[in-house]
Amino acid sequence: MAEKRLEIKGVSLNFGGLAVVADLDIDVNEGEIVSVIGPNGAGKTTLFNLITGIYRPDAGDIVLDGKSLVGLQPHQISQRGVSRTFQTLRLFLNMSVIENVMAAAYGNTHAGVLRSMLRTPGMRREEREIREFASQRLAFFGERLMGYRWDQPAYSLSYANRRRLEIARATATKPTLLLLDEPAAGMNPVETHEIAELIGRLRDEGGYTILVIEHDMHVVEGISDRVVALDHGVKIAEGTFDEVATNSRVIEAYLGTKAAATK
Amino acid sequence: MTDSTPHSSETPASGPAVGQDEWVARHAERRLIRGGPLAPMEERLRAVPWWVWLTLFVGVMCLLPAVTASGYVRRVGFDTVLYMMLALGLNVVVGWGGLLDLGYVAFYGLGAYSYALLDSDQFHVHLPAYVAIPVVVVIGAIAGFLLGLPSRRLHGDYLAIVTLFFLQLFQTIATNGDSIFGHNVTGGAFGIFTVKPLHAFGHNLVVQHQGVFAVSYYFVALGFFALIYVALRFVNLSRTGRAWRSLREDPLAAEAMGMPVNALKLMSFAFGAAIAALTGTIFASLSASVLPLTFYFVLLITIYTMVILGGSGSMRGVVLGALVIGPLLELLRDPNKSRIIFYVALIGGLVFAFRRSRRLGIVVAATLAFGFACRAIAGALHHSWIAGSADGGLQHVVSYWLIIPKHLAGWIPPVSYVGVICVALVLTLVHGRLRLVLLPPTLYLAAFVWDNVMLTQPDPARYIVLGLILIALMIIRPNGLLGERRVEIV
Repeated sequence: MAEKRLEIKGVSLNFGGLAVVADLDIDVNEGEIVSVIGPNGAGKTTLFNLITGIYRPDAGDIVLDGKSLVGLQPHQISQRGVSRTFQTLRLFLNMSVIENVMAAAYGNTHAGVLRSMLRTPGMRREEREIREFASQRLAFFGERLMGYRWDQPAYSLSYANRRRLEIARATATKPTLLLLDEPAAGMNPVETHEIAELIGRLRDEGGYTILVIEHDMHVVEGISDRVVALDHGVKIAEGTFDEVATNSRVIEAYLGTKAAATK
Repeated sequence: MTDSTPHSSETPASGPAVGQDEWVARHAERRLIRGGPLAPMEERLRAVPWWVWLTLFVGVMCLLPAVTASGYVRRVGFDTVLYMMLALGLNVVVGWGGLLDLGYVAFYGLGAYSYALLDSDQFHVHLPAYVAIPVVVVIGAIAGFLLGLPSRRLHGDYLAIVTLFFLQLFQTIATNGDSIFGHNVTGGAFGIFTVKPLHAFGHNLVVQHQGVFAVSYYFVALGFFALIYVALRFVNLSRTGRAWRSLREDPLAAEAMGMPVNALKLMSFAFGAAIAALTGTIFASLSASVLPLTFYFVLLITIYTMVILGGSGSMRGVVLGALVIGPLLELLRDPNKSRIIFYVALIGGLVFAFRRSRRLGIVVAATLAFGFACRAIAGALHHSWIAGSADGGLQHVVSYWLIIPKHLAGWIPPVSYVGVICVALVLTLVHGRLRLVLLPPTLYLAAFVWDNVMLTQPDPARYIVLGLILIALMIIRPNGLLGERRVEIV
């Protein structure tokens, strides 16, 4: 049994009277790719927001490498090694492509304002390292992000490349656990296929443990070691893709019950 | 699409098919590099490093005292340098941090008052400059930090209101500070008027030399400006600067990417406040007095105009903004120069609006004809209607066209003023030929109001000009003169 990286233990979150996530248990093992699926409003993105500290759970515990993340600020959780992308792209659009990635190195670097103002040798060395590191992160995407000049503003990127840049930025915080929120949303079949491949490479070459929300079942089938299905904030199925895809509760959640369908 | 044809012809038709990404990349790159005969020159100018530009700029600014011996002009130059420093400081908070700080000038005032207390007869404290200036800068930074503490969870309009309250609070304390628990601290509404000039090692930096503004302060201010510019540029290109800009772009994403957003906001506030306080020191030491009302809305609006005009977020931009607005506000004090500016702006605006179309000629000709006709009618009614021109120069020329009454009846200013606003509003509602017909009378009425009403009251007129500049800017270049193209985050 592989080492557990992330443990979500009995987590609940209510918005007013609405239980968005209810008593959820998910484990993610080291080096695993786990997909979270479920209809819209099932609580998938909320789960990500809980893990990254944007929301605080009403009950339960979220544990990363044996230490609880509950109560930490999002940036502290990022420094613990959790990074994410957003379903609705949240790039720093008016900054250059490479600066987007460089900015995310904030947590791993140290030069203070005073040293920056004086541009001390140590600060300049660190700055070179950040740039080098950011170029490596971008180079991971091969030719796709190579076509651009990296000093162009991020808004000049096409939609698919914005998604890629977001992943590059997420990896620049030096995470161990990567949360990808619908990485293939809005992409054409070729690009979707590429993203699926990329996620595999992120695990194999980058060594990240990956939790991914995805609607495209081909992607989910291709990449997942395990699939977790949510509906109304409750885990309704867990297992390999085939197990989950044939699970009657999952089919019910996506397609409705037979009674409802025949009505 | 037509203007991209010469570029696309460069790529061989037999080459590989251009994918969408590549096309976008090439298109963006083409946009960055301008074509035409000026392109090689522009490319070469781009290659000049920033510090060469800065040295050149400061060098040229240093030449000002050599060009003119007028104490007035030198003082305007000095004020402009202070404006440039203030604009740079505000740019940290607004342009990089993305925090709408309407209390900014309070820090400027705080710096001025702090220096006044540290080097005046108020409490008979006389600290040398090398002690007083760092102390004031630290006070400014701490004040910025403290204002940031309750405001760090606010953004947008909420933050604006809280900071605006802070400005009002500063005003109230400064104005009523002549009896704080029975002690006269700030001198109340009359301020402190025994502030000593900057001094160090037994030497005073004189404020006036034989009754004329001493140019040494100009150089001191320029020196500090260069220092601030270099320091801010270095910070902007460091991890802190990137984090500030990330915070402006998307606070949630910045936080999720490991940047402590709250701490960064506080730092940005403190930075801007420290720069404002430093500027306040130089201002107070030169003016020899500090008054509460110096640090109020008018100044706030002026500095915001500079930052917005130049391009919030761009250091070169905000300096340019200060360089344009500072002297412009001074020029508008003088009716004759004000008049020249008005007509230049009017003609410039018309050319911009109509380009080189036939309609431009029609509008100009119609306006001229309309003016001559109106003047002839007015002159025929009574001679005194057109006998008002007293100044020489441009007014004399204009008076052949414009009605300039000798005595302005009491009802004319308000009626014509409201009239020009109403006609301008109607103009925005109508389209096509009707607009073209209405335009000449509107222009004529505007010229009438400007010459007869506004020029007699330069002060409101100056700020109306500021407002018009901002409106024009919003239409023509919403990102400011040197601002980068901006996209709004939805």
